[in-house]
Amino acid sequence: MTAGAIMVGKRGLGLRGREALAGYLFLLPWLIGLLCFTAIPMLASAYFSFTRYDVVNAPEFTGLKNFQEIFTKDRLFWKSMGLTFRYAIIVVPLSLIGSLAAAMLLNQALKGTTFFRTFFFLPHLTPVAASAVLWAWMFNPDVGPVNYFIRNSLGIQDAPGWFRDPQWAMTGLIIMAMWGAIGGNTMLIFLAGLQGVPQELYEAASIDGATAWAKFRNVTIPLLTPTIFFNMVLGIIGALRVFTAAFIATAGGPAYATHFYALHIYEKAFKHFEMGYASALAWIFFFVMFVFTFIQFRASRRWVYYAGEVND
Amino acid sequence: MAQDALARSTSPALRLPTRTRTKKRQVFVGRALLYIIAIAASILFMIPFAWTIFSSLKSPSELYMFPPRWFPATPRFENYAEVFAVAPFGRWLWNSVVVAGLATFGAVLSAAFTGYSFARFRYPGRNLIFLLTLSTLMLPAEVTLIPLYLLFNKIGWLDTYLPLIVPSYFGGGAFLIFMMRQFFMTIPRDLDEAALMDGASYLRIFLQIILPLSLPVLATAAIITFIADWNAFLFPYIILNDKEKFVIGIGIKYFQTVAANIDSMEPRENLLMAAGIMMTAPIILLFFAAQRYFVRGIVMSGIKG
Repeated sequence: MTAGAIMVGKRGLGLRGREALAGYLFLLPWLIGLLCFTAIPMLASAYFSFTRYDVVNAPEFTGLKNFQEIFTKDRLFWKSMGLTFRYAIIVVPLSLIGSLAAAMLLNQALKGTTFFRTFFFLPHLTPVAASAVLWAWMFNPDVGPVNYFIRNSLGIQDAPGWFRDPQWAMTGLIIMAMWGAIGGNTMLIFLAGLQGVPQELYEAASIDGATAWAKFRNVTIPLLTPTIFFNMVLGIIGALRVFTAAFIATAGGPAYATHFYALHIYEKAFKHFEMGYASALAWIFFFVMFVFTFIQFRASRRWVYYAGEVND
Repeated sequence: MAQDALARSTSPALRLPTRTRTKKRQVFVGRALLYIIAIAASILFMIPFAWTIFSSLKSPSELYMFPPRWFPATPRFENYAEVFAVAPFGRWLWNSVVVAGLATFGAVLSAAFTGYSFARFRYPGRNLIFLLTLSTLMLPAEVTLIPLYLLFNKIGWLDTYLPLIVPSYFGGGAFLIFMMRQFFMTIPRDLDEAALMDGASYLRIFLQIILPLSLPVLATAAIITFIADWNAFLFPYIILNDKEKFVIGIGIKYFQTVAANIDSMEPRENLLMAAGIMMTAPIILLFFAAQRYFVRGIVMSGIKG
C-alpha cells in the first residue's frame, strides 16, 4: 500500500481516501436500513413502553405504569411467561438429544443414508403454518390417526383430546415441534460436528479397549460441546419465541393452555391495540432473552471445550 | 470401522477362533439394529405426510368415517382444483412467489454489497459498525414489530407489499451480511488489486470479478432467504388485510378458519390438507433442486457461528 503515496485519486483523494469513500458507499444501504428498520424502531418502542398508545390518539406518557400493571395486575403475563418456559424446558433438551441421536445414526455409514437424511429433514422443511394445520388434523380426537393408534394398538380407550383439551394441548404442540426439529438444521449441524471429530481419537480409544459408550462419553461429547452450545443457544431463543404453531393450531387455547408469551404480545398489540403496553411486554421479553443468553455464555466457560483454544 | 472390514474379509469363518466369530455376529446384529431404527424413524417422520396426502384425496364423507381408513376409496384429485375455487389460492401462491422473489433478490444483493464493504475496505468505524451488525442477531423481532407496524401505518404502506419487500433492499439482515463477508474474505485480494491498478472502479470489480466468483454463496443465501420469506407468517399477517393480497402462509390460516368451515355443509379438511400440501411442495422441490447449497448454508452457520 506504499503506492498510495504516489497515486493520487481523481478528486484529490489519496488511494486510502478513495478506498474509505467506496467502503462507505457500499455500506450505505445497510446503514440506512440499520437506522430506519432497527435503531429508530427500537428507540420508538422503548419510548412507547412508557406511554399509553392506541394508534388513533397520540401516545400519552404514563411513566412506569405499563410495567407496574404488567408485574402486578396482568395475570396472563405470568401465565404466558410460565407456559413459554415450560415449553422451552421440554422442547430444547428433547430436540437436542433427538437431533444428536439422529445425527449419530446418519454418521454410521449405513447404506441409503441420503434417503434417511432426506426423510428426517422433510418435516423441518414444512412451513410451520402448514404443519400446524396438518397436526391439528393428525390430532383430531375422534378420527385422527394418533388417537386411533392409542385406542386400537395401545388399548387405551380414554384417549386425549389434544388441541381441544387444556391438559393436552401443550403436549400436542411439543410433539409437533419435535417432528419438525429433530431432523432439522440442528441435526445437520450436529452431523457436520460429528464428521469433524478426528478419527484417530476413536482409534486410540479402541486400542485402549474403550467401550462404545466410553468413546461417546469421553471423545464425542467433549469435542461436540461447541456444537451443542451453539444449538442450545439458538434452540432456547427459538423455543421462547414460539408463536405461529400455537397461533394456528390452538389459537392459544383452549382456556389459555397454550397462550405463549409471543401470543400475549400479539393480542395486546393487534387485538386490543394497546401499543404502549405491548411494547413494554416486548422489552421485558428482550431483557429476559438477553439475560438467558448471557448466563449461557458465562456458564459455557465451564463446559464447552474448544480444541483450538488449548492447542494454540 | 477397520475391525469391521477385517472381520468381513477374513476367511473362512469355520477356522476363526470363537471370540472373533461372536464379535462378527455382534457387529452384524448391531448393524441390523441400526437399520431397523433408521427405517422405523423414517416411517415415523413420514406418517404425517402420508396421512395428509391421503386425506387430501378423500371425499368429505370419508374424512369423518369411523374407524378411520388410510386410503380413499377413489382418489379425488379434483379436491386440488376445488381449493382454487373456494379461495383465491392461486392468487396467494402467485403473491408469495412475487413477494418472496423480490425480497430475496434485494436481500441477497444488498447483503453482498454490505458484506463486501466489511470484507474489503478499510475505513474508520468499520469494526464498530460490524459489531453493531452482529449484535442485531440477538434482537428478537418482537421488539421492532410494533414500531415497524406503526411506521408503515403512518406512511400508508399497510395492506401493500412494500413492508415485506422494501426493507430487504437495505442490507438483507445481519445473518446474510455475515455469511457474505466470511465468503468474500476467502477470495484473494490480489484479484481486486490487479484490477484496481488497471483502472477498474470498485463497483466494476465487485460486479464483474467478485460476484461471479461468489455464485455458490449467493445461491445459498438466496435459498435460505426465499424459504424464510415463503414461510413468513406473523409480519405479513399484521400488514396485509385484503384477502386478495394475502401471501400463502396467512392464506392457509384464513382457509382454515373461514373457507374450511363457514358456508360449507360438509367437512373440508380434505381441501385444507390439499392447500397445506400445495404450500409445502414448492419448498420441497426447491430443496431437492438445490440441496447442496442448502445444506452448506446451514452447516456454515453452525460452524462459523
